[in-house]
Amino acid sequence: MKLLIVCLAAVPLFAQVTYERILKSSSEPGNWLTYSGNYAGHRFSPLDQINDRNVQRLRPVWAYQASSLQKFETTPLVIDGIMYISEPPSNVTALDTRTGRPLWKYRRRLPDDLRVCCGQVNRGVAALGDLIYLGTLDGYLVALNAKTGAVHWETKVANYKGGYSITVAPLAVKDKIVIGVAGGEYGVRGLLDAYDAKTGRQAWRFWTIPGPGEPGNETWQGDSWKTGSATTWVTGSYDSETNLIYWGTGNPGPDWNGDVRAGDNLYADCILALDADTGKLKWYFQFTPHDVHDWDATQVPVLFEAEIRGAKRKLVAFPNRNAFYYVLDRTTGQFILGKPYAKQTWAKGLDDSGKPMRVPGTFPTMEGVKVWPAVAGANNWYSPSYSPRTSLLYVAVREAGSTYYIGDAEFKEGERFDGGGFRDVPGEEEYGAVRAFNPATGEMKWEHRLFSPPWAGVLSTAGNLVFHGTHEGQFYALDATTGKPLWRYQAGGAAYSNPISFLSDGKQYVAMTMGNSLYVFGLE
Amino acid sequence: MLWFPALLLLQAVDMPAVGKNPHTTQADIAQGRKLFLGRCAGCHGPGGDGGKGANLATATLSRATDDLSLYRVIRYGIPDTEMPRHLMSEREVWQVAAFVRRLGQVERAALPGDPERGRQLARGKAGCLQCHAIAGEGGHIGPPLTDIGKKRSAAWLRAKLLDAAAEVADEFRTVQLTTRAGQKLSGVRVNEDTWSIQVRDAGGKPHSFWKADVTNLKLDRATLMPSYRGRLSDTELNDIVAYLAGLRGDQ
Repeated sequence: MKLLIVCLAAVPLFAQVTYERILKSSSEPGNWLTYSGNYAGHRFSPLDQINDRNVQRLRPVWAYQASSLQKFETTPLVIDGIMYISEPPSNVTALDTRTGRPLWKYRRRLPDDLRVCCGQVNRGVAALGDLIYLGTLDGYLVALNAKTGAVHWETKVANYKGGYSITVAPLAVKDKIVIGVAGGEYGVRGLLDAYDAKTGRQAWRFWTIPGPGEPGNETWQGDSWKTGSATTWVTGSYDSETNLIYWGTGNPGPDWNGDVRAGDNLYADCILALDADTGKLKWYFQFTPHDVHDWDATQVPVLFEAEIRGAKRKLVAFPNRNAFYYVLDRTTGQFILGKPYAKQTWAKGLDDSGKPMRVPGTFPTMEGVKVWPAVAGANNWYSPSYSPRTSLLYVAVREAGSTYYIGDAEFKEGERFDGGGFRDVPGEEEYGAVRAFNPATGEMKWEHRLFSPPWAGVLSTAGNLVFHGTHEGQFYALDATTGKPLWRYQAGGAAYSNPISFLSDGKQYVAMTMGNSLYVFGLE
Repeated sequence: MLWFPALLLLQAVDMPAVGKNPHTTQADIAQGRKLFLGRCAGCHGPGGDGGKGANLATATLSRATDDLSLYRVIRYGIPDTEMPRHLMSEREVWQVAAFVRRLGQVERAALPGDPERGRQLARGKAGCLQCHAIAGEGGHIGPPLTDIGKKRSAAWLRAKLLDAAAEVADEFRTVQLTTRAGQKLSGVRVNEDTWSIQVRDAGGKPHSFWKADVTNLKLDRATLMPSYRGRLSDTELNDIVAYLAGLRGDQ
């Protein structure tokens, strides 16, 4: 009897989310423990109850309506039967996965003079131990009790009055919470931080723009490094073997006027490889030196292994907003290959080191200059997916161009600092697609064409399925091997997030926000 | 960082601190003209007298009666219209606003036609009302003309009457399709997505099709509107233009 009591006490109702559990997330496919499903940025579910033979029977089981009409960009986490979502602007709700009923709500009071360029949004939470972590638009990292939603601690990451905000889902690594910032249209100095998960004490900070005397500072004219942006607003990946965090950085500021920041502008538009324990830079790769089109490299880095010229290599795939697909060695940062995966008119190609060879006359002008891809890029913040089952990389692609304008670039703290603007190209036929690539070669295997450029990411599953949402409100499934459409549902609102999959009572479900609602789908 | 061009919240911090345009010198107007030619002329015409965008060369702008409302329209656009927001600094927005106000101060010659004769022509020989509605009267294939004089300049209306195919808005693109069952239909596309298309036929009736059930789908920028070059005399053209330019949604 005594023994039994001890055993019961050791198995709490709320199992702790340990670092080891996230590391081995593929061994518990019923949960979705971290933003991309695993540390490798795969957004792949090993579940196969819902598959290419029965997906026709998929139906909405429940929906949860957000209380805000802002874009609903969250990736839910699911931990042992409870779903944790962020809601715009900076709120969290815990939902029972069987009924869709809320278990608790955290509602943050925000100042009314926030600095956000593109909507009061949030992309999700992180979980570690018995805490849930949220970044807020007023620049805080908040730790909430996973059982009750009560605030356990909160710590200020950056000053919103200086133009910073937080929209990114944090990443829990070992005993730390890694979090980035937004504010690339306000001339902030970008940073990536790690905090002690238990106490909220800062563990390290990496400034994404080197200060005077540090290597890279010379890539900024004069004092322009102080207002050069290079923000960190999309969740990165992690490899426990290299102990490196891979994180993309945003545009240099001001966005469209490069005249006031001559130079390559490091580390804007880069992928950074940082030591997870110290935040020290191991290597970096800059995709778009001296960017003048707002092509943030804020995509989710996808970690995979493949044979390159006869040798097995640890790699990272990066379908960049600038319309080039890149493969790098993720131990050293060495450039392996790069090629366009959507229409682009700004570079003749990449040289042997991966640097773009620019086409003259593509910089923004007062009269406006037409360039592909569009300001929103061939890809944006939403997630790609890699399926170890098909060995394919799935990317939601935007096919569009923009007219780019240069303008004033006068810095005033806390005010917009973008140096120009953009417009659609009149009469141009824009469209979108989900494309499947061999990640090692960049070769396209299939394409599913969409009516308009998408704003949502993809999920692939062991059921040979790829899930995605359109701008016209359909949530749909494709055959992961052939791209053939197998199922769809008109959910009534544009998709602005990434799907996930999980188990509830042993049954598989797929979740996705469409419009201002979160939908959960299961087999009839 | 900027990732969603079409939507931007009105932010208190992004509105100017003053309600009156502080940038109205000759140099500001010259700079405003340069900005206007780059960003605005594509829709409003280099002289601001309208095109796809509204005629700005008028003494009053209904959406921008004072400086601050003009600032707001330029900076944030007009919801549910083709007028987008524009990313410009506060000073640049004011400079464009100063130039736009200047456009309205230029003396315009009166239109040569007789609007009453134009009214009769629109209902008779020209047949405008077969496809267009004016104040509830008429057809529904083309866009309503009830307040067309507010939206389009006389020069634009004349050009459209002479060459109807020159510019067709996205919401009035023509479709020809054949279904698997053999049904043929032509009309105007009213909506479309990856898997379906919605079409309004010549009688104004809406139809909806799954693309999987359509064997032949032709989407065109052609227009169903005839060109009136040679169909109307110069005098008649002047009359119709005078009539249409005077339609301001208030009769």
